[in-house]
Amino acid sequence: MTYRLLYFASLADRAGRAEEQRDSAARTPQELYAEVAAAHGFAFARERLRVAVNGAFVGWDHALADRDEVVFLPPVSGG
Amino acid sequence: MKRFRLSETAIDVARERGALDHAAAGGYVSFEGWVRDHNDGRAVRRLDYQAYAPLAASEGEAILAEALARFAVREARCIHRVGALAIGDLAVWVGVSADHRDAAFAACRWIIDEVKRRVPIWKNEHYADGESGWLHPDNTPVGELAPGG
Repeated sequence: MTYRLLYFASLADRAGRAEEQRDSAARTPQELYAEVAAAHGFAFARERLRVAVNGAFVGWDHALADRDEVVFLPPVSGG
Repeated sequence: MKRFRLSETAIDVARERGALDHAAAGGYVSFEGWVRDHNDGRAVRRLDYQAYAPLAASEGEAILAEALARFAVREARCIHRVGALAIGDLAVWVGVSADHRDAAFAACRWIIDEVKRRVPIWKNEHYADGESGWLHPDNTPVGELAPGG
């Protein structure tokens, strides 16, 4: 499957990019995060992040579909 | 009706306040969050806000809808800046009108707390020594992101 990943804040800095298309065998956000964390050197434990698919929050065991937009959200700091 | 929005330009409070007018309201409470020149003991020169815009908009809207259901208020609005901001700039504005002040103060406080806790917006502070860093919600830096990083 091919996913579109968007990166923000410190994850974008670490990945050196704001987005990427990624061919992956991952079927859930949990599996996909383990893959990209290893690829880009992300050290955030998954428990510290939230994940959104196609613009809505989902659980880590959400079933991903081909072409999904997946975003791993670092702890927020607005306001 | 959109009660929450991100703005790439300065917030005009006098204009936004009009959205809170209601014949039954006895008052209005607002919160203005400003860019301050220091954080965690370091001098701050300016900062950038970055947002995941579609989710920020829907989550912000959900917070304001929850506020209207949870508190006895007539109307509520919130606008959050994105992009580059200077010291003293208005970064976030919350406005709430209500029949009585207790509900207006409580709802305004609840809204800004929920926005800071839930809406996908990130603050990058640029320090006087030339360094910069993304912040955690408690305003401590994200420097421990990666081993050795």
